[in-house]
Amino acid sequence: MKETAQTPTGLDTGAAQAPVLVLGLGNILMQDEGVGVAVVERLQQDYRIPDDIELLDGGTSGMALLDDLRRRETLIVVDAVRTGQPAGTLVVLKGEQVPAFFLSKVSPHQLALSDVLAVLTLTGEKPLEVIVIGVEPESLKTHLGLSDIVNHQLQALITNVLNELHVIGYEIEAKSESGRIVHH
Amino acid sequence: MSERIIVDPMTRIEGHLRVDCEVDDGKVTKAWSSGQMWRGIELILQGRDPRDAWIFTQRICGVCTTVHAIASVRAVENALNLEVPLNAQYIRNMLITAHGIHDHIVHFYHLSALDWVDIVSALDADPNKASQIAQSLSDWPLNSAQHFKQIQDKLKSFIESGQLGVFASGYWGHPSMKLPPEINLIAAAHYFQALDYQRTANKIVSILGSKTPHIQNLAVGGVTNAINMDSQSTLTLERLYYIKSIIDELGDFVNKVYMVDVAAIGALYADWTAYGAGVTHYLAVPDLPLDTKGTKFDLPGGYIKNADLSTFKPITSYQDAFFEGGVKESVKHAWYQGGKGALHPYDGETIPEYTDFQDDDKYSWVKAPTFYDERAQVGPLANVLTMVAAGHEPTTRHLKTLLDMVGSVAGTTIPVEALHSTIGRHAARAVRTAVLHESLTKQWQLLMENIGKGDYSTFNQPVFPKEEIRGFGYHEAPRGVLSHWIVARDGKIANYQAVVPSTWNAGPRDELDKPGPYEASLLDNPIADPEKPLEVLRTIHSFDPCLACAVHMVDTRKTEIVRLQAVGAQCGVTF
Repeated sequence: MKETAQTPTGLDTGAAQAPVLVLGLGNILMQDEGVGVAVVERLQQDYRIPDDIELLDGGTSGMALLDDLRRRETLIVVDAVRTGQPAGTLVVLKGEQVPAFFLSKVSPHQLALSDVLAVLTLTGEKPLEVIVIGVEPESLKTHLGLSDIVNHQLQALITNVLNELHVIGYEIEAKSESGRIVHH
Repeated sequence: MSERIIVDPMTRIEGHLRVDCEVDDGKVTKAWSSGQMWRGIELILQGRDPRDAWIFTQRICGVCTTVHAIASVRAVENALNLEVPLNAQYIRNMLITAHGIHDHIVHFYHLSALDWVDIVSALDADPNKASQIAQSLSDWPLNSAQHFKQIQDKLKSFIESGQLGVFASGYWGHPSMKLPPEINLIAAAHYFQALDYQRTANKIVSILGSKTPHIQNLAVGGVTNAINMDSQSTLTLERLYYIKSIIDELGDFVNKVYMVDVAAIGALYADWTAYGAGVTHYLAVPDLPLDTKGTKFDLPGGYIKNADLSTFKPITSYQDAFFEGGVKESVKHAWYQGGKGALHPYDGETIPEYTDFQDDDKYSWVKAPTFYDERAQVGPLANVLTMVAAGHEPTTRHLKTLLDMVGSVAGTTIPVEALHSTIGRHAARAVRTAVLHESLTKQWQLLMENIGKGDYSTFNQPVFPKEEIRGFGYHEAPRGVLSHWIVARDGKIANYQAVVPSTWNAGPRDELDKPGPYEASLLDNPIADPEKPLEVLRTIHSFDPCLACAVHMVDTRKTEIVRLQAVGAQCGVTF
């Protein structure tokens, strides 16, 4: 199901939004900060994603994501999350837990994302449901590539994303014939 | 008795800026601007292929992705003396102008207008009166009483539902909010409309750049957009005409709404032309190259001393020695190892040396850049003033349009000198947006004409020598002068420094202990209520602060963030 975006000015921006957005956030230059982007890249490469689901590498963007976040039924944010648990701990936040997550401003881009959601609240275009799939980072050093601990959790993070998609009615298949993917 | 105000974090969007002010008798007497995070992007680039640098540099910041990509390819091309095909220049120029328009609209309406506009007050407005005022200023079709009533109803239900808390800055009812309810309603309506138009501008970036955020179409030596009028997978006539239709829609909004709003709000806050001048040496670089070598530009740039336009000295090419030789960075008051004096970017060092916040010593992660040993203000104001000094006709014309509108609302003549101020930076940004829009239209025409001549070239292959090469690339970005500096040996990066706009403006005191533009601009700002330092926000936000790239992140990050919440909560300032 897709709809053409309606805007307050009636301007046709021609945007047809998929009802579900999986948004990978983070700075790939800061090691585990970039885990959200890594998950989205892996989903893109290894899975058959139906038209109803859009995958987006959002980097550390804020207001630039405004258009991408409008009028979604479900927004799944994948990101490094600091909750004080040991590195590699998986986190799934839903419902009432999500606003608290954004308020805690555990990284600079979440500050920006909460601004975007504030604007969309005002325009009445906020995603109906927001889910955060996260992992506790080990290292945020200036470095390309994930730490071993977080890298070992990549498949588990993908499974968590697929589980949430399953809950809202999407079965996602892997691209390989056997449905099994080998990661090194 | 003096009092100290700490605003932290200062920026609504990217990065972490802390601003400390000493306030005496309702006025700021001393100020410190401190970048609160370190990020060593330069270190990641060492040893890498210079052709890939732009992919990494555009990840420095979530707001200015495009601009770091542009500056990076230009730096490498400069080091190689590599020419860029005309089509590639025009396509890059369209990306630059469309991105700039998007960025300025978002900054004014969504990130700074609420420093001046009281949303709650808009509920008291008479929509008919608001419509009469708006129609007397502009023939914009959406200035009807009916539309204003709809927006007012929407705001009312929003405020009654208690959701206004998402705009936590909330200085509603502050004594320094002076606009009549009708103007607040007009601005609120345009706030919503601006959401559509910033998106429209960004669409041009998406089409040409293949993806936003993070464009994919650049290459050292040109762009990867294939031009083929027959193939659907390339830049076709259909796409180019679609872009033109978007450009035209954008122009109406910029000229009939954004320019007009800034003029009206500026006229009603005319007292703010007396505050916030700060450093009045201005630096801007030319941009939008019109030839393959970067010796002719659509928009001029250069240097102005002491607010005197007659001192203008132009920067004329990508090889400009005046610019290349003038830039240095001091770390005397920044948390880096120093002792060598201010260093040129080719010789720049980024070795952290954290102390506490020390008022008279080190207190920021941002370095302090100088131009021929003087601080310089960069950004739209510097850009507009240097273009006027250079005699750039479109800039002079749009500035006159704006100042005439301000004058008619204020009932007096407004001189160009009024621009050296907090509100002047907003005025200059609006003028620059109108100029960028005119340039965007022109670049589209140039591209069409060049393709019409049968030139489909978009890329020149770079070849790297064994020996050491050095180069710099500059770009007049939405926040001002951005320059990337590269040293490469045998096709690998040996040193890389990015001297970014917010470094110029947000930098701490320099080698001679002189304050930077943010710090200087806060002096003598009135403070009506130290618990709610709205006036500090007005002046700092007028620069469009974005520190993600000005600062260089250490492992103290976790504590920093916790601390910033605590401090923000203490002084009642949250973002």
